[in-house]
Amino acid sequence: MSDSDIGDDEDEDAPITASNFEARSLALDAMAAREAQLDAQELQLVGQADVDEFEGAEDMDNDEEEVDAPEAVGAILPTAEEREDEKRVGGPEVHVVQKRMRECVRILKRWKVYGVKSGRARSEFLEQLVLDIANYYGYNVFLAEKLFQLFPVTEARSSEPYEAIEFFDANEVPRPVTIRTNSLRTRRRDLAQALINRGVNLEPIGKWTNVGLQVYESSVPIGATPEYLAGHYMLQAASSFLPVIALSPQPHERVLDMASSPGGKTTHMAALMQNTGIIFANDANKARTKSLTANVHRLGCKNVVVCSYDGREFPKVMGGFDRVLLDAPCSGTGVISKDASVKTNKTERDFTLLSHLQKQLILCGIDSVNPASRTGGYLVYSTCSVAVDENEAVVDYALRKRPNVHLVDTGLEFGRSGYTSYRGKSFHASVKLTRRFYPHVHNVDGFFVAKFKIMKRAKKEKGEDEVKQGVVMDEDGPQEEIRFDEMGDGQYIQEAKRRRLKARGLRVPPRSHAAGAAA
Amino acid sequence: MRPLTEDESKVAFEKLANYIGKNLVHLVDRQDEPHCFRLHKGRVYYVSEASMRLGISVARPNLVSLGTCLGKFNKSGKFKLHITSLDYLAPYAKYKVWIKPNGEMPFLYGNHVLKAHLGRITEDTPEHQGVVIYNMSDVPLGFGVTARSTVDTRKLDPTSIIVFHQADVGEYLRDEDTLF
Repeated sequence: MSDSDIGDDEDEDAPITASNFEARSLALDAMAAREAQLDAQELQLVGQADVDEFEGAEDMDNDEEEVDAPEAVGAILPTAEEREDEKRVGGPEVHVVQKRMRECVRILKRWKVYGVKSGRARSEFLEQLVLDIANYYGYNVFLAEKLFQLFPVTEARSSEPYEAIEFFDANEVPRPVTIRTNSLRTRRRDLAQALINRGVNLEPIGKWTNVGLQVYESSVPIGATPEYLAGHYMLQAASSFLPVIALSPQPHERVLDMASSPGGKTTHMAALMQNTGIIFANDANKARTKSLTANVHRLGCKNVVVCSYDGREFPKVMGGFDRVLLDAPCSGTGVISKDASVKTNKTERDFTLLSHLQKQLILCGIDSVNPASRTGGYLVYSTCSVAVDENEAVVDYALRKRPNVHLVDTGLEFGRSGYTSYRGKSFHASVKLTRRFYPHVHNVDGFFVAKFKIMKRAKKEKGEDEVKQGVVMDEDGPQEEIRFDEMGDGQYIQEAKRRRLKARGLRVPPRSHAAGAAA
Repeated sequence: MRPLTEDESKVAFEKLANYIGKNLVHLVDRQDEPHCFRLHKGRVYYVSEASMRLGISVARPNLVSLGTCLGKFNKSGKFKLHITSLDYLAPYAKYKVWIKPNGEMPFLYGNHVLKAHLGRITEDTPEHQGVVIYNMSDVPLGFGVTARSTVDTRKLDPTSIIVFHQADVGEYLRDEDTLF
């Protein structure tokens, strides 16, 4: 090992040549071995640290071999009696749960090493882990499982933390306070200076926006300074910059914001359009339009018409928009750190109802866009949720329902691309152009952004359309042409005729006769 | 949404003229884009004609606001300017008052301007004249009516009122429910 160490030091940066590559590969092997050893030590340390609080595993601190003993690994899962006991005393103790979660994660991550020997099914560990997460972080089991499934269990290196756990941890911590400079009234540098003079400690959010400021600490309430009241800035989460940046409204356009309260995104759009063109800011809830109107006036947006319709009425009220922003009402699973009530009050039914509403809204939004628009013809769909059935599923639905629509790049530099397949559902391949944001990765609220381009509806002959569809379906080589088969279908035709007559209240001939005639 | 009647225009314009005087013509005849005054649910909106034409398609019960709200008519037919009109009053104001940093917060909480908080005042301001109030870094904070002329303020004691409070930007937070 020492030899290879020396070789390692010497050749670290030298180019690989025929003479040194053997030494190099030896060095790499040695390094891998050392890392494996470190991992093992780390595991042992974890086991040692926790053993005093966990009586059930005295044997764990002794040796790695013993940790790997099948009984020990299996013993992490509680037996049925233990669960009953836990239930009786009102749930297990926090440190027991914490410990068990960590163990489950460790085993699941290196299933081939630890898990296989345990003689328990992998699903048992998963189930227990979800239950413990629900218990530890205070979610209902349904939501804990839903969120847990977002992050696939992979055989990662044990030094890397487990992503789902990271996500749940990040939901416990508030996101940084951010403000958006109102470029209609002031400039970011001037605003920063004015606020620093009031005793606010702040810094630009990042390179991706030139109006955002992050507030670290403040000696004055940031929502009641004279600058705030005079409309120089808006208190706004960093994530809600994203859909507006993706939409990038241009001056002199006609823009619709379908669900706009409390107006952070609306006023951002007005600022980008420099108070030209027109923005229709809609919100279904009349009470919430008050704060929307107040913000629109405070920030000095003069091109905004505030109205209160159900978003689904929209192409009827008015259409022909150059751009549409649909920040859909959602379950709020991305903003749990802001509103913890989501943890317990969301059920399966809520998700079904919400995604149904979102699907209706997105179609209305698409229909409100003017496909002939010279400058635009875009729709941005966003939610503050991370659930797939509110995001990718809705986008996929829109793509299927409106053939004249396709996804385009959002223009956002960061974020993960959307799932193209998720738990047995597969979405359109272009869904990977959508963007997902996570609290534990990007330190913004959980968010989803998709940008659509709406094209003109192609005028096609009816027959042509059918033929085209046939070609798409036809994946396993050429198939027999599908045509009307009078012999085979006669029976069905008869049956349909009978039903039609029955519906009209007429007497119908007995079935045997009809069937016989068909034959 | 409808245009103002003759009487309504007279009342509203008189109120506006109290603050911006002859500059009112700049609001009525805009160089850049034709604007108009529209009445909707007792409130007067100042809006570009292009926006107004598109806004027509929104049904009356569903329309909440368009353009900038200048103020509202009360039941006895008087016109009250809202803080939202500050955007149009501030650039055209004839008489201005600047208040010191220690007077900012008291004014934003709805108090009158005291002499102790007075930073600067336009030289020849008469008594009972509409003025726009700025802080020392020239951010408009609201408007009010002078209690004394500039000359008379010199001899007053520090606790006496200089400007009667009419509206301030703090109302965006305090009166959000009643303002719109």
